[in-house]
Amino acid sequence: MRLTASRLARACLPGLLTGLALPALAADPDPADWPAVLAEAKGQTVYWNAWGGAAATNDFIRWAANEVGDRYGVTIEHVKLADTADAVSRVLAEKTAGKDTGGAVDLVWINGANFAAMKEAGLLFGPWAGDLPNWRFVDTEGKPAVTADFTVPTEGFESPWAMAQVVFYHDTARLAEPPKTMPALLDWARAHPGRFTYPQPPDFLGTTFLKQALYELAPDPSVLQTPADEAGYDAVTAPLWAFLDDLTPHLWRQGRAYPQTGPQQLQLMADGEIDLAISFSPGEASTAIANGQLPDTVRTFVLEGGTIGNASFVAIPYNASAKAGAMVLANFLISPEAQAHAQDPDILGYGTVLAMDKLAPEDRARFEALDLGIATLSPAELGPALPEPHPYWATRIEADWTARYGTAR
Amino acid sequence: MRPLRAAPALTLALMLGPVLAGLAGTLAPALGVLPALGGHTLSLAPARALAAWPGLWQAVALSVGTGLAATILALVTVTLFAAGWTGTRAMALLERLLSPLLAVPHVAAALGLAFLIAPSGWIARALSPWATGWQRPPDLLILQDPLGLAMIAGLAAKEIPFLFLMTLAALPQAAPARRLTIARALGYGRTTGWLKAVFPAVYAQIRLPVYAVLAYSMSAVDVAIVLGPSTPPPLAVQVVRWMSDPDLSLRFQAAAGAILQLGLVLAVLALWRLGELAAARLGRRWAEGGARRLAEPLLRAAGLGLAALAAAAVILGLAGLALWSIAGFWGFPDALPDGIGLRSWARHGPALIAPARETLVLAALATALALALTLACLEAEHRFGLAPGSRSLWLLYLPLLVPQVAFLPGLQTLALSLGAGTGRGTVVLAHLVFVLPYVFLALSAPWRAWDPRHATVAAALGAGPGRIFRTVRLPMLLAPVLTAAAVGFAVSVGQYLPTLLPGGGRIRTLTTEAVALAAGGDRRIIGVTVLVQTVLVAAPFALALAAPRLVFRHRRGMRGAG
Repeated sequence: MRLTASRLARACLPGLLTGLALPALAADPDPADWPAVLAEAKGQTVYWNAWGGAAATNDFIRWAANEVGDRYGVTIEHVKLADTADAVSRVLAEKTAGKDTGGAVDLVWINGANFAAMKEAGLLFGPWAGDLPNWRFVDTEGKPAVTADFTVPTEGFESPWAMAQVVFYHDTARLAEPPKTMPALLDWARAHPGRFTYPQPPDFLGTTFLKQALYELAPDPSVLQTPADEAGYDAVTAPLWAFLDDLTPHLWRQGRAYPQTGPQQLQLMADGEIDLAISFSPGEASTAIANGQLPDTVRTFVLEGGTIGNASFVAIPYNASAKAGAMVLANFLISPEAQAHAQDPDILGYGTVLAMDKLAPEDRARFEALDLGIATLSPAELGPALPEPHPYWATRIEADWTARYGTAR
Repeated sequence: MRPLRAAPALTLALMLGPVLAGLAGTLAPALGVLPALGGHTLSLAPARALAAWPGLWQAVALSVGTGLAATILALVTVTLFAAGWTGTRAMALLERLLSPLLAVPHVAAALGLAFLIAPSGWIARALSPWATGWQRPPDLLILQDPLGLAMIAGLAAKEIPFLFLMTLAALPQAAPARRLTIARALGYGRTTGWLKAVFPAVYAQIRLPVYAVLAYSMSAVDVAIVLGPSTPPPLAVQVVRWMSDPDLSLRFQAAAGAILQLGLVLAVLALWRLGELAAARLGRRWAEGGARRLAEPLLRAAGLGLAALAAAAVILGLAGLALWSIAGFWGFPDALPDGIGLRSWARHGPALIAPARETLVLAALATALALALTLACLEAEHRFGLAPGSRSLWLLYLPLLVPQVAFLPGLQTLALSLGAGTGRGTVVLAHLVFVLPYVFLALSAPWRAWDPRHATVAAALGAGPGRIFRTVRLPMLLAPVLTAAAVGFAVSVGQYLPTLLPGGGRIRTLTTEAVALAAGGDRRIIGVTVLVQTVLVAAPFALALAAPRLVFRHRRGMRGAG
């Protein structure tokens, strides 16, 4: 299925490449000339397509929209998506119809596979991110994830705005000492059947759980940075399937049903149906406690040996109507002020993409003043962030997972 | 006069054009043609990729099974209830309760039901721990069960109000009182008599709505995501998943799946038609057999029980969501939240004002257009004696029978190719495709049943056709016109994909907000959004019921006609 599909994609690739060589349109703003960008942006309306499923992010976007409106005269409209792919579909439909200017999407919150697909299909404007005035604060040395999105080089086609790292959270009232390795998780699940689950792959969080397990169980995790051949794939993933074969009967609903998304999994935690859950946002538990979604006995932990980390980005479609305004917004999102606001657990609790040593003392003070919240780990406790595996692995294990656990009962 | 004569053709073009163009736009990628993704030549690769997907047969079986089961359950409930309780106070009460339920968005009803019946849901909470001993929610597979039972219940609960209202509208023309009087005089029981003498006449009139229910239940996405199984999901859900997969090459497979979904719906409709014929033969034999009573008390109780259960499920589900919208932390097994406050409303309410306004404007425009076209068609039919073939009625129903995923993406591409903007106009036209069939459906029967002798008398008094329409027919049919408008309004408010795709995400309505927020699963926000949405749709229904009573308060014969 996926194999056939990717073979199909390869067959289609020559056609894609001819579509890639888009001439830079004369009307496009030049990101290197920032005063001109600011002047052009004034009065523009930017339609920011961003997942709308979390109240905290929606509130943050509303805040950013107000700030950018007041300071730069750019109107920001949040297009709330149920799925980032809706924005990708829109741009794709516009390209299909030959609508190469005046597109409906100006800025899109994106990362990973969606970015790789849009970049490969020539659906993005750029490069522009490296020319943003606030780019000089970005921690390009300490956080490789800000320039390599799931190992795909961003090459200035998207600008990072938040760091994420896999954490798990547990309710101390029901589970005092959580398991901190995958084998320990399996033992715990055997002893407490029905109290753990993960979002159903190919939901990105569910796939992340599989990748995290793969990291720990694979004989040599370093091979995950590049694609593998068939024999290599089987050898690397065999321990993962053995682990899942053992784990699945002890999952919530014996693995016959799964939560469909991360937020649904959080609801299961709130309802007391499960005792621990995976998250890609280190501040999620604190934010959920502040919102009354989780009891205040919930705490966060990470696995021994480190967890996968990545960055969230914003990108501009090739046919966006308000590219200048979109860049102004992207630049604001990596300003020390917006980054400190986003890291506040009462707001979002997202990790910053900036390097503290690149900031002016007064900006650094904003971050130092933050109280990270009772259920948020300090950077030291959070431990090392492992790089995302090459997209090849996610695609393959998603397809195999679906064949093994997602369709057969 | 000429424009009026053209009305039926114009209406059909507005209905069929988008559907056919959209189907073409889906068929092309299903056959490997999608230039933007590099598909330039015809190929069967998408179909082969689809066939190789390991969950295909289960997904197909689920679509067919849940669609058929939900339709049969809804039809049986409505029929038994109408048979056993027509003309009673229970009927009048449930009519009042069920009509506004038509307005509840599908996804809201599904989310409400999910919170009711989940192992950590409201019913379990109310009984725990004192009756069940559960301190923790039990690990029971109630939602997302492999057979789709929860999904069938959710679909049926939501379709029962629709079929019920359609049955009520059809009843007068079946002359139930006369038929039943004769049957009773011959010694038939109330239910048996109704089933034997009245049902055949009623079913002939609600056949198309039943087909619409069947097609909808087979292709429902929103209800299936909340209540249905996921390993694998029904085919329509899987098609939407492929459509939204980051791997763009899956779009080809998705298109092939959408075409398969269309084929399935058509095949099952044909199967249903065969079932109708078989049922008619069996039914005739049963009617001629002369049995006077068939488990009368049992059937009556079943009719009332099922109808009441459906109403209770939706109403309690909504009440649960309403409570969530004002709840603080609410853990298992507490039957009520820890604290109550307006925090969620204060936080999310203001952001809903703009989408609420947009929803109202869109629904008003689409409904007005649909009403104007329907009235023009019906009036043209009346004046020029254009007998509506059953074939043209089928055509009108096409948008309801073709699964939305099968033609909306194609329609979006077409609209863009034609240079249509992402403005309100495009969205109104897209809504019209779905609003018009329902308005036509709700209005045509009462409009045709109007006694033409009124027109003859008016003409004899010197009134022209225009004046007869304005001063006699329209006022006399005010109640059904308003009911049709309320139905159309509700349909427009509930549209998700037909708002999102043509609007490019730039037109935000309560439904697009609700679906995006539902992706986050926070019951508090969902509660706020869904309540606003329900009120917005229930208000026109209340108005449609109240207006004729106010306007005709001095005309006894005109009151309560709706």
